[in-house]
Amino acid sequence: MDEFDRLEQVGDVEWVLAPYDRMTVPGRIYADRETIEQLRRAEGDGAQWSAIRQVKHVASMPGIVSAALALPDVHPGYGFPIGGVGAFGIDDGVAVVGGVGFDINCGVRLLRTPLQRSEVVEDIDRIGEDLFRTVPAGLGAGGSLRLSMREIDRVLEEGAAYVVREGFGVADDLQFTEESGRMSGADPSAVSSLAKQREFQQVGTLGSGNHYLELQYVERVLDAAAAAAYGLSEGQVVVAVHTGSRALGHQIGQDYLKELGAASTRYGIAIPDQEMVCAPIKSSEGRRYLAAIAGGANCAFANRQMIAHLVRVSLARTCGLDPGVVGTVYDIGHNNAKVEEHEVDGEMRQVLVHRKGATRAFGPGRPETPAAYRSVGHPIFVGGTMGTASYVMRGTERGMKKTFGSGIHGAGRALSRKKAATKFWGEEVVSALRKAGIRVFAHDLRGVAEEAPGAYKDVERVVDAAQAAGLNQAIARLRPMAVIKG
Amino acid sequence: MGFTYLDHTADIAVRAWGGTVGEAFAEAARAVSGAMVSLESVRPTTSRAFTLRGGSLGLLLVDWLAALVAEKDVSGLVFSRFDVDVKEDGPEVALHASAWGEPLDPTRHEPRLEVKGISLLGLRVRVDGETWFAEFVADV
Repeated sequence: MDEFDRLEQVGDVEWVLAPYDRMTVPGRIYADRETIEQLRRAEGDGAQWSAIRQVKHVASMPGIVSAALALPDVHPGYGFPIGGVGAFGIDDGVAVVGGVGFDINCGVRLLRTPLQRSEVVEDIDRIGEDLFRTVPAGLGAGGSLRLSMREIDRVLEEGAAYVVREGFGVADDLQFTEESGRMSGADPSAVSSLAKQREFQQVGTLGSGNHYLELQYVERVLDAAAAAAYGLSEGQVVVAVHTGSRALGHQIGQDYLKELGAASTRYGIAIPDQEMVCAPIKSSEGRRYLAAIAGGANCAFANRQMIAHLVRVSLARTCGLDPGVVGTVYDIGHNNAKVEEHEVDGEMRQVLVHRKGATRAFGPGRPETPAAYRSVGHPIFVGGTMGTASYVMRGTERGMKKTFGSGIHGAGRALSRKKAATKFWGEEVVSALRKAGIRVFAHDLRGVAEEAPGAYKDVERVVDAAQAAGLNQAIARLRPMAVIKG
Repeated sequence: MGFTYLDHTADIAVRAWGGTVGEAFAEAARAVSGAMVSLESVRPTTSRAFTLRGGSLGLLLVDWLAALVAEKDVSGLVFSRFDVDVKEDGPEVALHASAWGEPLDPTRHEPRLEVKGISLLGLRVRVDGETWFAEFVADV
């Protein structure tokens, strides 16, 4: 009897894996039946791993509270599944490398503009081309900031605040960035010199793979009150930036796989798979890891801040926009571990919440949320594909109770890169999207084929499931107009 | 000796092989370089030497490939030719390698995917008859 046979459906989009083997809490998966069947088929096809088994692994780790959770965009990851959430008691819990991954605080910043779609639609080639030239994208594209080791330490400690102080941003950017763009507790001495050496010219670069910058418009407002609070209205042009902590974050992930591998052995912790290496949160190794990923997270905030600045420079040039009118709606990550206060078994307590391919999605009233959004909860961003739609959603009170205030982050892949590259041609994808009114700017056409809309699952289904489960509420649907790929 | 990319939903899965562990590790390195740039376009004009030690062949493979990925950011070099020697050394295994390549030139090297890290999941170094296999997944 495998973990799929043990899954019990307890609601339209809710499944429970009751504890067995080493599980100390249940697994709880919020997903539609089709997603569960897809995961089961992937397992049957000889997929290397199973997302549901990964939920089981998370539920087996020391100090986990309530349940190991998976959100509607669940699919297999390294250690935790993507769309996986696990909260651990501070006194008896562990910090798990596979709960954060290589791309620490990878996330999305959404910028709003005062432009209407009708004002730019005829000029989209010129605007997109300028963004493509202004924001470094792709392998080996260095940023305009060249940082000394001392400056990199300040980025690790201060995140986006450092970049704003250097003149690349406006004060409101920090107010509307998760953690005000600066995770506390970051310690540069917990980050290897190799990680720092890799970062010196990567602040303000997009990277490759599924990272993107999109010029989008608000196609439809689905919740007028929340959209008004976020400053969004139908027809409005916005810019979404999806990227992370670049090579520095990647190196922290690689370094700590080894360091916490040794720590797991030292503390005698049974590891269900090698990506689940961990250390007690209160141990010196655990504290060091959390101090390192706080630094990695700060680099991601700094990176998106610098890109926001470059977007403003470009839009000033092409559309005559004053940088001050291009505001940050919000900036939020989807690979992180943070100490937060949540209700556990009827009591408020501090827990370390790992979110892997999942965003924080706090509902109304939380002090961490900017005052302007506190009555509705902060926005979260759900990436679709370059040919479909993305969504702005928000957290809910039910989500606070059921998932430690967590949200979905994107559609997730349906086809492997290899299959997508066989099935689609980059030129054809670009041409088909052009006919649909979407301009694609990319250095690597094979990369475009690999990221073709048909290679991804349907974002609408993921959004529907998150809403049906009552975890996240849709606020607005965004359509791409110009896509910048690495 | 050679390598192939296996089917993997989100990332790059590789099987590399050779007559020795060193040959399999050299092919693994070609697979990682080939995910980042066009191997044929990288001229072997500059070399770098690597010396690494590890507790197991699997962890040594990860360290070796991660070192090559990091080199792209630290010195700006990408590589296309590798000579790798792996030997047992007491309780550990030791790697001595040379890699040949040149500074990354986006106009000539057809830059592709950035490799974020080498995963421990799916990691396997094994011998089958006279052939050594190195299998791993690179997160991109």
